Amino acid sequence: MRKDPVKIKEVAAAVRVNNFQEVVAGYSEEETLHEASRCLQCKNPACSSGCPVGIDIKKFIYQITQKDYQGAYLTIREKNNFPSICGRVCPAEYQCRNACVLTKKGSPYASDQAINIHFLERFVGDYGMHNQNSTFNVQRPTSNVKKVAVVGSGPAGLCCAGELARAGIKVDMFESLHKLGGVLRYGIPPFRLPRDILDSEINSLKAMGVTFIPNFIVGKNITLEELFTQGYTGIFLGLGAGIPSFLGIPGENFCNVYSANEFLTRVNLMSAYAFPKTHTPVTIGRHIVVVGGGNTAMDSARVALRLQKMNDIAPDTTILYRRTEIEMPARRLEIEHAKEEGVKFRLLVKPEAFLGDEQGLVHNIKCLQCELGEPDASGRRRPIEIKGSDFELECDEAIIAIGLKANQILTSVTPQLKTDSYADVIVNQDTMETSVKGVFAGGDIVGGEGTVIEAMGMAKKAAQAMLDTVSQ
Amino acid sequence: MNITEKEVLSDVGGVRVIRITVHVPHIARKAKPGQFVVLMVREEGERIPLTVVSNDTLKGTITLIFQELGFTTKLLAQLQEGDSLYALAGPLGHATAIKQYGKVILVGGGVGIAEIYPVAKALKDAGNHLTTILGARTKTLLILEQQLRSISDEFHVTTDDGSYGKKGFVTDVLKELLPRGSYGLVYAVGPIPMMKNVAGVTKDFQTKTMVSLNALMVDGTGMCGCCRVTVDNQTRFSCVDGPEFDAWTVDWDELTKRNRVYAAQEKHMCNLHKVQ
Ligand SMILES: Cc1cc2nc3c(=O)[nH]c(=O)nc-3n(C[C@H](O)[C@H](O)[C@H](O)COP(=O)(O)OP(=O)(O)OC[C@H]3O[C@@H](n4cnc5c(N)ncnc54)[C@H](O)[C@@H]3O)c2cc1C
Ligand SMILES: Cc1cc2nc3c(=O)[nH]c(=O)nc-3n(C[C@H](O)[C@H](O)[C@H](O)COP(=O)(O)OP(=O)(O)OC[C@H]3O[C@@H](n4cnc5c(N)ncnc54)[C@H](O)[C@@H]3O)c2cc1C
Ligand code: SF4
Ligand code: SF4
Ligand code: FES
Repeated sequence: MRKDPVKIKEVAAAVRVNNFQEVVAGYSEEETLHEASRCLQCKNPACSSGCPVGIDIKKFIYQITQKDYQGAYLTIREKNNFPSICGRVCPAEYQCRNACVLTKKGSPYASDQAINIHFLERFVGDYGMHNQNSTFNVQRPTSNVKKVAVVGSGPAGLCCAGELARAGIKVDMFESLHKLGGVLRYGIPPFRLPRDILDSEINSLKAMGVTFIPNFIVGKNITLEELFTQGYTGIFLGLGAGIPSFLGIPGENFCNVYSANEFLTRVNLMSAYAFPKTHTPVTIGRHIVVVGGGNTAMDSARVALRLQKMNDIAPDTTILYRRTEIEMPARRLEIEHAKEEGVKFRLLVKPEAFLGDEQGLVHNIKCLQCELGEPDASGRRRPIEIKGSDFELECDEAIIAIGLKANQILTSVTPQLKTDSYADVIVNQDTMETSVKGVFAGGDIVGGEGTVIEAMGMAKKAAQAMLDTVSQ
Repeated sequence: MNITEKEVLSDVGGVRVIRITVHVPHIARKAKPGQFVVLMVREEGERIPLTVVSNDTLKGTITLIFQELGFTTKLLAQLQEGDSLYALAGPLGHATAIKQYGKVILVGGGVGIAEIYPVAKALKDAGNHLTTILGARTKTLLILEQQLRSISDEFHVTTDDGSYGKKGFVTDVLKELLPRGSYGLVYAVGPIPMMKNVAGVTKDFQTKTMVSLNALMVDGTGMCGCCRVTVDNQTRFSCVDGPEFDAWTVDWDELTKRNRVYAAQEKHMCNLHKVQ
């Protein structure tokens, strides 16, 4: 008889909405062994093809069943530098788990029956981290080795730095913000990715000899040419997709309309949840509306609802999305969590205008109801507005979470760096090298918004190509 | 990021304008007139933008001049020579387009005087004829008078209370000057009402006018949209698209409202932390 998947333990919704502590508790060793034992060890495992970096999933799961956690860790680390992070944020239901043979054919994302590969990976990653394996097989950089500059400290930059440092290359990492981690720091809230996990991964890079240089903006403080003349033999650009998109509807610049990036940056990076102990304020409305259906929207809504709870405001946070739940690009678990926590969902709704008062504060949002039409270029059914279906919702704070565009602070002053019509950097897909020799790129700055593991996959490819060239 | 010098430029009723010099070679090397930095006093602090008033490439220092306005500027004022800032990033924003405009009028109001100083110097060096108009509420609030006077071809001061120079507003002088000569550019920085009124006057005379906007900011690198302003009916991010914009098409009303949004919270914080 087929065993049931091992349910993951979570902090009860009523408790977790009062704080920013991690929601998903992770598997115990016993649960890990039980879940691992469900894997069929397929002869031709499909799961690995669903993983953007092609982790040998079958093998690491087998190693788990043998209680060889060290071996499992090394298997994952061959392809993925930060299993503790990916095990927490990977949209596995669209990737490896969707490809698992236990997922029903034709389903839009993984079936419940699919092996919980990400939770197993998290267990193994945390095991590795706690057992100080993160710095495994480090070659200490010697004084005369080649020096590489990594620009941006998001998952792409971190991964590239780790790969190069392991090979004995001296790495200097430049980050324009005062803290490291990119979206992992300013975007993804601590209740999904605890900061000690992120800090621990960053510290392990430090231990490997990577030098971190925060508050340093490449393009402003130094040009790419100047980096080369300073003795860097290669440059990796992990600039990310940093510019928030807006809806372009009337009233969007009312004072209490935020981009998700601003809202999340205030709370996550600047710790506005602890205001006034910390000094960055954030508005906490009584009727908060979040526009969008991706991870950013879920994160914004769940942060907003927590802020309401923590400030004794009756929770009222609503997500507006123009398609239906099936089309939402967010991780399914986050959608479930948002619902459990009391976030309301208004689907097939398109905002038309924000209505505000004399002081420039929004009080209502005007919307239109939609229905689904034919699939569009993304393969998802296109929302079509229903004429005369206008309605208004009370809204004294809005958060726009409809996507991000390429960070242009470097590319806008570096014309020799070729970009496409989206301002993304163009690379050679085999090497991730840009139009400038010796300059490589990866992550969201290539091909637009993606996932953490995709960013790391590109960074790894780039690191390999850089190793091939610098060692010549 | 050490503070190497500190000087109180003015002190009126406990509200001081302070000049600090900070050692930060990688910014000093690159900063151009019109650009700004974002700084944090402490790890738990806010990020606030301040204009780079001057930079010394040899010493690797930049000079900032700020008014103790609210919580963070008061916290910054507590730092002494030798203290270090928690974070400092820049230079941010576009540099001022320095070229031959012919005759230029610079208008500075309040602490905005500090912001026009680097631009004035650069425009002068580029061979422009410089007329400077400084405005302050009262004589003791006036900063950088000697420095600006010495580089200006023509120099005017107005005070609201008549304690120095001409009694009245900078726009009064502007209204006298504009009909008499042909000016290639008016460049104005100061409180929003001042910049708005300057724009009104220069529009009547059709003299091109640039202003540097003080929108609220967080990152200062284009990442959040906190600093968005409406210029020429389009949303622009002041930190990366500005901070300078064509004065005639700025939506002043929106900017005024957006800059007020955290006033109550900031005040609460000042009371709580007993920072006056
Ligand atoms: C709110 C939110 C939630 C998300 N949730 C998930 C999730 O659950 N799972 C998932 O897989 N993906 C998720 N994503 C997407 C994922 O975070 C991104 O795909 C990933 O972070 C991209 O990594 P990156 O390294 O390319 O860029 P980023 O993480 O954006 O990092 C880029 C860094 O480069 C710095 N930088 C840029 N230009 C310069 C310069 N010129 N000089 C110095 N530094 C510079 C930036 O300040 C930034 O820190 C989420 C994204 C958001 C916004
Ligand atoms: C590009 C740029 C350059 C700047 N250069 C300088 C400079 O060289 N010297 C200087 O003294 N200031 C400058 N400012 C303004 C400075 O950033 C603010 O004074 C500072 O952020 C106030 O912080 P605070 O916590 O002390 O005051 P807060 O408590 O935040 O504010 C106190 C009061 O001032 C208002 N206020 C806050 N920020 C601003 C602002 N940006 N503009 C107008 N009113 C505001 C608030 O609504 C509140 O009523 C600049 C701003 C920008 C955007
Ligand atoms: S990295 Fe992500 S996609 Fe790859 S195996 Fe792990 S959870 Fe699955
Ligand atoms: S496809 Fe699923 S069942 Fe088969 S090896 Fe991979 S994880 Fe195990
Ligand atoms: S301050 Fe964040 S985008 Fe300008």
